[in-house]
Amino acid sequence: MADAAVHHAEHGHHSSTGLSNNKLGMWLFLGSECLLFGGLISTYMIYRGRVGEGPRPGNVFDIPFTSVSSFVLLMSSLTMVLAVAAAQQRDDRGTTLWLTVTGLLGATFVGGQVYEFTAMYNEGLGYTTSLFGSAFYTLTGFHGVHVTVGVIMLLSLVAIIKRSNVPGDKAEVVELVGLYWHFVDVVWIIIFTLVYLIPT
Amino acid sequence: MTTTAEHTDHGTHDDHAEHGMSIMGYVKVALILAALTALEVATYFVDFGPFFMPVLLVLMCVKFFIVVSYFMHLKFDNKIFSFMFYSGLFLAVGVYAAFLATFKFFTA
Repeated sequence: MADAAVHHAEHGHHSSTGLSNNKLGMWLFLGSECLLFGGLISTYMIYRGRVGEGPRPGNVFDIPFTSVSSFVLLMSSLTMVLAVAAAQQRDDRGTTLWLTVTGLLGATFVGGQVYEFTAMYNEGLGYTTSLFGSAFYTLTGFHGVHVTVGVIMLLSLVAIIKRSNVPGDKAEVVELVGLYWHFVDVVWIIIFTLVYLIPT
Repeated sequence: MTTTAEHTDHGTHDDHAEHGMSIMGYVKVALILAALTALEVATYFVDFGPFFMPVLLVLMCVKFFIVVSYFMHLKFDNKIFSFMFYSGLFLAVGVYAAFLATFKFFTA
């Protein structure tokens, strides 16, 4: 009985399949997120040629800069998976280190996006300048908000683990945040190709 | 009381057997992803001719499935998780492909 209580405290509640309800819920959430970003990407694809009097995509995109940002986000997936591995080995020090590095890489990506938006605005592409501008800012802005939420979750997790007196009891939480983080990364893999690399 | 399934799922936190990847394995996957990204960016600077679009789309899909399979552990995890994620993904692809077709996106 006591063993069962400890087991639940460490790994959360499990369904009749023996799988974690939290993990099932996260995968279901990520599946629904595919529909959200699918709608935003489709809308962008339809409106990307509707530039009106505003600048064209090729005139405002800075591919070398965005490539570096993409690389930063991609590497944050590596540091995230290292954090998950450390958490599963009950290595709190390694977990907090890799979570912090992941958060910093994510913050760097968001900073790059803010810089990119500012540069585009200064080049004449506002949110209401054209349908292209609206669709672009909505799509990449939604993604940026997801990254920002991820950074907040990562840094909150670091604080929670540091304040915890029981080492190694947050493995599943770290894994769930990791799933969310990797999803944000795969969405960017699609956005980078379809929005930035494939011309209008 | 715990079940056999629970033991299988959570019993061995001291190694990576439950997800089938070592630290070096993750680093190798990241290096492959970095190389594929470099190839993607190269298409912007080098003329790939008629292969431009297919190369980019294939690279995008390969990177997507590498991250989902290895970093998100779907390849090693229970198939129910794969079903839940891919159901949403393929539903989205189907719905929005039909949506784009109604706007004559593929024929314009």
